[in-house]
Amino acid sequence: MAEVSQESKKVLDVQEIRNEFPVLNQDVNGKPLAYFDNAATTQKPLQVIQALEDYYKGYNANIHRGIHTLAEKATKAFEETREVLHQFLNSKEKEEIIFTKGTTDSINLVASSFGRRFINEGDEIIVSGLEHHSNIVPWQIVAEERKAIIKVIPVLDNGELDYESFEKLISNKTKMVAVNHASNSLGTVNDLPRIIKAAHQVGAKVLVDGAQATAHIELDVQALDCDFYAISAHKFYGPTGAGALYGKRELLEEMPPYQSGGEMIKDVSFSGTTFNDIPYKFEAGTPNIADIVALKEAVHFVNRIGKQTIAAHELKLLKYAAESMSSIKDLKLIGTASDKVSVQSFVIEGVHHFDIGQMLDARGVAVRTGHHCTQPLMERFGIEGTVRASFAVYNTVEEIDRMIEGLERIVKFMK
Amino acid sequence: MADSIKDIQDQIIQEFSILDGDMEMTNFYIMELGQKLTPMKEEDKTDDNIVKGCQSKVWLTAWLDDNKVFFGADSNTAITKGLVSLLTRIFSGQTPDDIINAELYFPQEIGMDRFIGTQRSNGFGAMIKQMKLYALALKSKIEA
Repeated sequence: MAEVSQESKKVLDVQEIRNEFPVLNQDVNGKPLAYFDNAATTQKPLQVIQALEDYYKGYNANIHRGIHTLAEKATKAFEETREVLHQFLNSKEKEEIIFTKGTTDSINLVASSFGRRFINEGDEIIVSGLEHHSNIVPWQIVAEERKAIIKVIPVLDNGELDYESFEKLISNKTKMVAVNHASNSLGTVNDLPRIIKAAHQVGAKVLVDGAQATAHIELDVQALDCDFYAISAHKFYGPTGAGALYGKRELLEEMPPYQSGGEMIKDVSFSGTTFNDIPYKFEAGTPNIADIVALKEAVHFVNRIGKQTIAAHELKLLKYAAESMSSIKDLKLIGTASDKVSVQSFVIEGVHHFDIGQMLDARGVAVRTGHHCTQPLMERFGIEGTVRASFAVYNTVEEIDRMIEGLERIVKFMK
Repeated sequence: MADSIKDIQDQIIQEFSILDGDMEMTNFYIMELGQKLTPMKEEDKTDDNIVKGCQSKVWLTAWLDDNKVFFGADSNTAITKGLVSLLTRIFSGQTPDDIINAELYFPQEIGMDRFIGTQRSNGFGAMIKQMKLYALALKSKIEA
């Protein structure tokens, strides 16, 4: 996790924040809910829920084509989110923000469209060993279609990427480097400046899977100089099924449409079709209007608290959890990189992760278990899966204590 | 003579009622039952004996002894091992027909859906189906 300056930290009233999340105020299996599955999806604050309700109750209409008042209102709200994301990611222009269903959809868009335009036989695509399946499989499909080759950046024992190996992998044949900003399984924050610089030196482009970074790390796509950046609203307090792709204008303009129909056309005749300008060229069909409108409120929520304040709180929780877990017999932390978002994976020798997950659930503690859609990474560590606790701005030290107490009981029973 | 499938189900319901719906205690109890399961022979833990449809790995074998069906089982997770132990307790020593025709009401009575969730419920259903298929196959062996 990035260093947080003392000056930038605001005092965080976690209880006040928790009051904005109605779902947190409930008992699960007779115990107060402690929700630690935030890397899978975060809970939603009232202002996001309210935005969805306001849209459907007040101005549900299709966008961009309608001349009537509701259509105008819906279009305005939809495009306001583009403006907000443009500022949130600091893209050069708002047209560089394309709405998608989320990170996976964004990666598929780039893999398919960039792949068709720029990847040819014998070219190389580099992914990292830390990737989620959704940043592996689309590239495998493209590689097969275009007769390209996939190369993988190895992962070190602490969960960091082996940058020296990466720098040996990269060559003039490399056309794309697809890496996550932060690992969903281990929390590792990757050294994007180093990766991007090396990629650009050989003329390769870089796509960043930002799913796990958006809620935790200050983003500036211009400063990063990445070529594409993919995000999902539901990973940073927004609705599911809505997200965005940032892409540099010059690339997006050269890329062919990914899907066809609706908004992406300029003129259609049976003799031929001309395509719309970006971003609309990549926004075929009726989008997920309500959720994209509500996405804006997720950005406002994060901005209101401040990423640095969020990160400072989460870093405290992560350190506390890692230290507390270290005292549990036979528990092994998986992923101990020096720079991490608030994700802690672990295994307990001799106890299956499913059993740990179910036993914690019995105490109202929600964690993730399994391979977290990163099977190659699990294979790298010689394990089937982990238990993953991932923290958000609304989590507390007391909740972590309840998890630790549950883990201690499991170990006591099973050993 | 072995207790009937109904009798054993009623015993299980009675045992679980003592736990009074406490999720954690119920899970510990299920795991304890798994620990008591007769160890399965390592050579029986083959891919062919894995029950399809379970999230955890579950191995299941069946054989005949005096025209009664007996089951061997194991799992890589403690809770699933406990769940399959309940089924072997109910079905082992019964006739193929009794197994094929058995209606299992104990999962509903003990509120199993609530404490094992949808994924494991589906796996549990797959185990029952597999045991009935074994009984059917062994029945044809008797009749052959």
